[in-house]
Amino acid sequence: MQPVISINELTKTYAGGFQALKAVDLEINKGEIFGLLGPNGAGKTTLINIVCGIVTKTSGSVIIDGYDNEKDYRATRSRIGLVPQELPTETFETPYNVCRFSRGLFGKPPNPDHIEKVLKSLSLWDKKDEKMLMLSGGMKRRVLIAKALAHEPEVLFLDEPTAGVDVELRQDLWNVVRALRESGVTVILTTHYIEEAEQLADRVGVINRGEVILVEEKNKLMRELGKKELVLNLAERLDAIPPGFDGYRLELSEDGSELKYHYDTKGEHTGITALLGALHDAGIRFNDLNTSQSSLEEIFVELVNREA
Amino acid sequence: MNYYAIKAIYRTEMARMMRTVVQSIVAPVLSTSLYFVIFGAAIGSQINEIDGVSYGAFIVPGLIMLSIMTESISNSSFAIYFPKFSGTIFELLSAPVSFVEVLLGYVGAAATKSIIIGGIILSTASFFVDINIAHPAIMLLFLVLISVSFSLFGFILGVWADGWEKLTIVPILVIMPLTFLGGTFYSISMLPPAWQTVSLFNPIVYLISGFRWSFYENADVAIGLSLAMVFGFLATCLVVVWWVFKTGYKLRA
Ligand SMILES: Nc1ncnc2c1ncn2[C@@H]1O[C@H](COP(=O)(O)OP(=O)(O)O)[C@@H](O)[C@H]1O
Ligand SMILES: [Mg+2]
Repeated sequence: MQPVISINELTKTYAGGFQALKAVDLEINKGEIFGLLGPNGAGKTTLINIVCGIVTKTSGSVIIDGYDNEKDYRATRSRIGLVPQELPTETFETPYNVCRFSRGLFGKPPNPDHIEKVLKSLSLWDKKDEKMLMLSGGMKRRVLIAKALAHEPEVLFLDEPTAGVDVELRQDLWNVVRALRESGVTVILTTHYIEEAEQLADRVGVINRGEVILVEEKNKLMRELGKKELVLNLAERLDAIPPGFDGYRLELSEDGSELKYHYDTKGEHTGITALLGALHDAGIRFNDLNTSQSSLEEIFVELVNREA
Repeated sequence: MNYYAIKAIYRTEMARMMRTVVQSIVAPVLSTSLYFVIFGAAIGSQINEIDGVSYGAFIVPGLIMLSIMTESISNSSFAIYFPKFSGTIFELLSAPVSFVEVLLGYVGAAATKSIIIGGIILSTASFFVDINIAHPAIMLLFLVLISVSFSLFGFILGVWADGWEKLTIVPILVIMPLTFLGGTFYSISMLPPAWQTVSLFNPIVYLISGFRWSFYENADVAIGLSLAMVFGFLATCLVVVWWVFKTGYKLRA
């Protein structure tokens, strides 16, 4: 697949000497939703801001649709929309006016129909003529998204779009993101809500301390790195894990009615057969058993901790 | 060239002025009228003509200059400082625009306001005294060039300032004294010789003198020198703004 963004050996050292990005290589495919995950301070915003032209890189290159983001900044920037992490708004302007402004600023001729469509898709139409200072934080976030979409970008960056927003907006936002993908827009979102990436992303990248430590298709990532858990509902409660089971990573629930067994799907053998055999021999019976797969969250925490 | 961007910035900035029409237009008109009453009528009645022009008429060009200089600086410094302060500047920095579009939008709007204010003051003054303009074209040229270059200067100030103090202290500590000492209310020739020499180091003397020449054909310095000074100031500001955008000074991390 043709990458729409290609980042090569990108580094950033801030004026104070802090290295926020260390030789980042990353390719974003056209039309995908890419989730960039990482803990606070990992360098997500720095990476996005360099691509968008807000922060200057120290070395490396960023190519968008074949154009260099510094040499051909007009070509690259007109293709990009950005919803920043903070919520800076023009206090005395109205949603409609700021959207019209954004569209012009990004070099597009006026198109009231498009602005209307965008404002409606974000449930902002009835607020379009209100002053921004009258709007709630959630509404301001919607306005910022509308602004970013006003010039019909091919690539949309959402920097922590759902940090601190209510459930309703989160759902709306996810719908907007999915609709954008349907229309061919590439979406890159950073988040530390893993659930978001899990729900939306086609591919996931994990960044930590300025280094991209992993890029993988989300489903594959969960398959490969996913830990599984086997839960046994015991017929009789246990006070403690019986001796002789030390070799298994077992966990007994507080009330003694459940035994949890963790295993790795990547492992050669899961050990389930042996465990069940041993339990049988020990006379421990169970009524039911369940398996569940670990979430992206758990994978992520593990990856980041492994790095540390 | 991104014409839509220029239009978007210019339009938004002009709309901002209309929202604050009292602050932007009424205030300078009122303060100038007060200057006029105090300096022109009260004190001026004690002063005879300066170079054949009544004192009231003499101070008109200076008053216009005083207003357009301070208005240009405050309008454009605020226009760029505020987005920087509130964070909305991210959009400008991520937009497909060069410093040319940004300047035409912001500085163009600020200069437009100043020129309008200059025109209003001129009409206000004409109620008090007879004003004849000997060289209207040159007068207009000075008005436009000085509005533009001081708006550029304000833009640089707004980019440089990282706090409200800096934003307000430069106009008060630097521009105000230079303007008042630059011959707004008097002719340099009225000063003792030593102070005349000192005054020639004040660039604003050249601007006010040239502007006044376009009205009454009398000047403290040669008109050519005044014009050269205006163009020099304009060019300097342009180079600084070009450099600011090229390096991202105080704008891009
Ligand atoms: N303007 C700046 N000057 C110096 N350091 C910065 C600047 N912006 C961010 N940093 C530092 O760079 C690191 C990465 O920040 P950021 O990209 O915002 O991370 P994230 O978005 O993943 O939370 C942090 O340690 C942060 O303190
Ligand atoms: Mg961030």
